[in-house]
Amino acid sequence: MTLEVAVSSGAPIPLDVAFQVEAGELLALVGPSGAGKSTLLRAIAGLWQPDQGRVAVGGETWLDTARGTRLPTHRRRLGVVFQSYALFPQMTALANVMAAGADETRARAVLELVHLGGLEARRPAELSGGQQQRVAVARALARDPAVLLLDEPFSAVDRGTREGLYAEVERLRAHLNMPVVLVTHDMEEARRLADRIVVIDRGQVLRDGPTEDILFDPRALRGMGLREAGATLTARIDGQEGDGLTRLRSAGGPLWLPRISGTPGDLVRVRIMAHDVMLARRRPEAISALNVIPGVIESLLPGDGPGALVTLTVGDEVLLARITQRSVQAMGLAVGQSCFALVKSMAVARHQVGREDP
Amino acid sequence: MDWPALWLSLHLAGWTVVLLLPVAVFLGRFMAFHRFAGKGVVEALVILPLVLPPTVLGFYLLVAFGAESPVGQLWQGAFGGPLVFSFEGLVAASVLFNLPFAVQPAQRGFEAVPREVREAAACCGMAPLTALWRVELPLAWPGVLTGMVLTFAHVLGEFGIVLMVGGAIPGETRTVAISIYDRVQAFDMAGAAQMSAVLLAISLVTIAVTFRLSARAGRRLS
Repeated sequence: MTLEVAVSSGAPIPLDVAFQVEAGELLALVGPSGAGKSTLLRAIAGLWQPDQGRVAVGGETWLDTARGTRLPTHRRRLGVVFQSYALFPQMTALANVMAAGADETRARAVLELVHLGGLEARRPAELSGGQQQRVAVARALARDPAVLLLDEPFSAVDRGTREGLYAEVERLRAHLNMPVVLVTHDMEEARRLADRIVVIDRGQVLRDGPTEDILFDPRALRGMGLREAGATLTARIDGQEGDGLTRLRSAGGPLWLPRISGTPGDLVRVRIMAHDVMLARRRPEAISALNVIPGVIESLLPGDGPGALVTLTVGDEVLLARITQRSVQAMGLAVGQSCFALVKSMAVARHQVGREDP
Repeated sequence: MDWPALWLSLHLAGWTVVLLLPVAVFLGRFMAFHRFAGKGVVEALVILPLVLPPTVLGFYLLVAFGAESPVGQLWQGAFGGPLVFSFEGLVAASVLFNLPFAVQPAQRGFEAVPREVREAAACCGMAPLTALWRVELPLAWPGVLTGMVLTFAHVLGEFGIVLMVGGAIPGETRTVAISIYDRVQAFDMAGAAQMSAVLLAISLVTIAVTFRLSARAGRRLS
């Protein structure tokens, strides 16, 4: 049961995207807002009709503009979790799940599965945001969908609740034997949940690959937009220090980061967010940042606002720095110049360190 | 007290509501959910009776329903009687004249149903009519009902159009509003006062019901 999607359209945004999702695979569509991610999801659901396209699941064709096939949404066996949950406000949690065509036994079982046993009789207004989200997930799963679509499903809940929901989805994965498509602009969310990532930018597939590869690929990350921009340095563990830091060897010299478990020689990948990097023309002294990485400016990209994205070549790797255009001017930065990137050790969180499998 | 006139008015209002209910639901829903070329024109046409003087609308309907008009001839051919100066003609005029009172609140009601909720209904496998019955109407009904209540009350009070299209034939087209006018013409102030009081009471109840419904709708959607 593979989901095949190929969509191209001129409006509302130019789109030309094709991808496949295998049964049991969770694919994250990531990209800056306005890139066309949600529009793609709507095309799969039949809520939006592209100029040209084909959507097929298993042997069933849902959309084929070349042959004039277009199955209406209500006849596509899918489950959708909307950004705003879109629960039916006049119905109880149980009735919401049953509205998807499940009988009462099945509905109760699915609510149990998302840990909402006991809250069946509550209406959406009487549930917390996280609980409403679980009802939405239960409703999407209730009809045993051929495809599960998640449209920025965690963006409306607070960070803490989101962590819980991530854990929930990870636990539910054993039950998700259909292709799952998750739309998100949150790279961390994609990292936590996705098996594969497709990066969409301006209606095109920028990158398509396993999560690990995309997450540590600066080219893909640049397509994500500045807020999520970051790059990855490969480094080897050099030794564990007595003060809770780990010393690493990288192409840019020694790095000190909060404790990374491992033995000297282990290869790790460190994701450094562009907005955590400062630049200096000369090697600074007497500063608190432990990591001073020499590099050469490869490119300077002014953003729409006051910021600019600077790409530094460090050995054969790349580091991104997001600084103000004012600083670019004041420091007289130019392509080809050498400078120093300053990274606070504490700015690199544990989840930003990846393992290189031997 | 002209009981036949009140009975006739209630009859007229009832038929108008019955005929306008499906129109309000489907036209209101369509206007709420779809954007199309010329939507502004359709909306303007629906609202037109609200601003047009009733006698003007009545005049056009009189001409349009008359024995010489295609509509009048069609009616005459089918039912053997004239459309003007008949109860059926009054119902037809009343339906047209009350379009804005029925459709506008219904449209507002449907507009209050969030798009994602409607889409969720389709994504749950509900066919459009099922979604209308199970998801949209349960959320939009205060608007639809408000439109029906307004229509009912408005029919009871309508004067100009009824007089133009229906005349004042007792038992056929003489509604309670016309009857009040006739009583005053005949210096029967007591009779006029009685009937006016009845209409006043009905209007007050209408306003109360409408307010309750809109407050309830506001609570549900907050």
